[in-house]
Amino acid sequence: MSKTFSIGGIHPIDRKFSKDRPIEDLPVPQRVYLPMNQHLGMPSVPIVKKGDRVKVGQPVAEAAGFVSAPVHASVSGTVADVALYPDFQGKRVLTVVIETEGDEWLEGIDRTSQLKQEITTVPEETFRKITEMGIVGLGGAAFPTHVKLTPIDGMKPEYLILNGSECEPFLTSDYRLMLEHGQEILIGAELMRRVLGTDVNGIIGIEENKPLAISAMQKIAANYLQWKVVPLKKRYPQGGEKQLIDAVLGRKVASFALPISTGAIVQNVGTAFAVYEAVQKGKPLISNILTVTGSDPTIQKNYRFRVGTPIRDILYSAGALDSEENLLPHFAKLVSGGPMMGKAVVNLQAPVVKSSSALLLLTEKETKRQEPGDCIRCAKCFQACPMHLQPYLLYQLALAGRTEELEKHRVFDCIECGCCLYTCPAHIPLLDQIRLAKNASLKNKRKK
Amino acid sequence: MNKLLVSPAPHLHSKETTRGIMRDVIIALMPSVLVSLYFAGVSAFLVLTVSVVGCVLLEHLIVKYMMKKKTTVHDLSAVVTGLILALNLPVSSPWWMVLIGCVVAIGVAKMTFGGLGHNLFNPALVARVFLLISFPVQMTNWAVTNGIFTPENPLIPGFLLGAQGQLPDALSGATPLGIIKEGLANGLTMDVLSQQHNFSYWQMLFGQINGSMGEASALAILIGFVYLLARKVIKPIIPLAIVVTVALFSGILHLIDPAHYADPLFHLLTGGVLLGAVFMATDYVTSPMSSLGMLIFGVGIGLVTMIIRIWGVYPEGVSFAILFMNAWVPLLNKIKPSPYKKEVNLG
Repeated sequence: MSKTFSIGGIHPIDRKFSKDRPIEDLPVPQRVYLPMNQHLGMPSVPIVKKGDRVKVGQPVAEAAGFVSAPVHASVSGTVADVALYPDFQGKRVLTVVIETEGDEWLEGIDRTSQLKQEITTVPEETFRKITEMGIVGLGGAAFPTHVKLTPIDGMKPEYLILNGSECEPFLTSDYRLMLEHGQEILIGAELMRRVLGTDVNGIIGIEENKPLAISAMQKIAANYLQWKVVPLKKRYPQGGEKQLIDAVLGRKVASFALPISTGAIVQNVGTAFAVYEAVQKGKPLISNILTVTGSDPTIQKNYRFRVGTPIRDILYSAGALDSEENLLPHFAKLVSGGPMMGKAVVNLQAPVVKSSSALLLLTEKETKRQEPGDCIRCAKCFQACPMHLQPYLLYQLALAGRTEELEKHRVFDCIECGCCLYTCPAHIPLLDQIRLAKNASLKNKRKK
Repeated sequence: MNKLLVSPAPHLHSKETTRGIMRDVIIALMPSVLVSLYFAGVSAFLVLTVSVVGCVLLEHLIVKYMMKKKTTVHDLSAVVTGLILALNLPVSSPWWMVLIGCVVAIGVAKMTFGGLGHNLFNPALVARVFLLISFPVQMTNWAVTNGIFTPENPLIPGFLLGAQGQLPDALSGATPLGIIKEGLANGLTMDVLSQQHNFSYWQMLFGQINGSMGEASALAILIGFVYLLARKVIKPIIPLAIVVTVALFSGILHLIDPAHYADPLFHLLTGGVLLGAVFMATDYVTSPMSSLGMLIFGVGIGLVTMIIRIWGVYPEGVSFAILFMNAWVPLLNKIKPSPYKKEVNLG
């Protein structure tokens, strides 16, 4: 029997329309925009200025402290600007803009697709490369990878769990990566495992709706003693760190505790691929895989993009724009990421970043929210919550602004997976209010 | 540049709606409705119609003219209340009594508290108990529902005029629970009673048992139960807890003294146990939210039902038991064992 997490969860329809589309390389964009906040933690600090010439793979910003990451040029050319630019949500972020000229790469980067299987680097060297190459978690949160691989006193890693669950509907980039670059993923994962310790076990968790990926990864993992594939029942949000640890190991991460407290560290398959490229090929995190998708069959693609490519360029390649470069009229909403946790895009000029996983185009009918009704106390939100919270209660406490009670009812355990709002038959904006309350309460805490 | 919709995640929603859930409950009630129509024909139709139309109309009028809000009848919850109320009434109910039931259910029990989702007690049951206390004769003078299809249906004058006691003897009788309550009180034993009255479990399962319209067929209720489970509208915890508690309670007493206590099957198939367990105790609004809460709620209903049936004044106790447990729901909702232990700050 396949495993899954023990509390809550929902079963949205798959809609993995683009799963049979091989990964295509997007054309090199004419300009890239490299924001300094592509990771969780302190924003990077630019080390180039307007007019500087850069090559592909050259660092343009350095990490600002330990919980931070450097940024590298994803194209070669001239730095056109270092200034505030609106990101995809309209927030102004310090950005390095590069005007592309040719495609000249930094020396020492192996651009061939030849597999480099043999691991020659020692763990310290691997760790240094992961830090220097700007690798961040590509599962969504973009937490700097080297931080997660740093030991914490008193907490011994026992398992490295590779997250191949890709539980969000529509998304297929991790799936394609597992099918096309399974070898590389496992080498990258093995590199990370060795950093954590030679006695650490490796587990790859993949949901059952991806049988080809399961068999492909199983075949590859057969060559590695310490690695095995664990098929998981299809269920959202299985890719959540806490849910995945529960699903694979049956261990629960306590409130406010780090996942490592259970002896497990979770890394995304995309991150493992980036680690492979950084360590084996000397290539910084300047490109990633992304799905362009939606229920319109003409736009369903999987692309390898250069970090910093304007969203408009990608939509143009996918055929989602009209002759005036506007979004085709039947698309009402553009989401960066999956439909459950992704964020609505307001600015097509903004770039995709290191951890971008999808551009999802939804029609008005698919995404328009209905008028909320009265809570009928059906408890569906409560049953769907993977963190065992009471969304209906948190919602009411949030409306009333009762901060202390919100914290007593563990509002900070909310992972914002959206199960409550998705499932509410009265269409009550549960998560919206809970999120607002969380943010307000965090702000209050900072003030104190 | 065309306008983009911008809203927070999630960007998709399940197809489920309040109206959809209510529609499922209505579908699940259809077997019981059809059985009552089959056995009592026009009379059943009249009671059902007055009840449903009455409930919907009342809700509409109250929301629009007293609460001055947009009407809420399209959520179909008033239809559900109307159907359940009708199924809780004897087929011989006069029209004015049905209407009073609607006023109590929708007006007093539901809208006074703020409408759907805000009421503490199950509206249809509040109405039933109100009628049971106010009009004991009409509410317990059960018509023998035995294939009455003709226009000369002697129940129709009763419906129009509510002339109590006018039912021919051949057409009225006590419920099986009423018979054994009275019989046992008069010193008879179960054996004698079942011989005299020819109780048939087969009949109880398929229909024709004296009682309110919805109690006519256990099978019809079970079909509705399976439908609700299949559509994932309800969890089986509450109905099962009630049934198991009633079965255990009556089973133990029956084992001790079979002459004076009816067997578990008798208790399960008669009265409103199944109707209450499947359709009334599972009402979202008035039942607990957590599985443990549901379990306690169900066991409580089973216990109170049996205590009333065996030691109480009333032969039947399900309605009282559910209302009694309804009152506990806010407290039961505080029970919520969490697997996530609190742990603060790990460096």
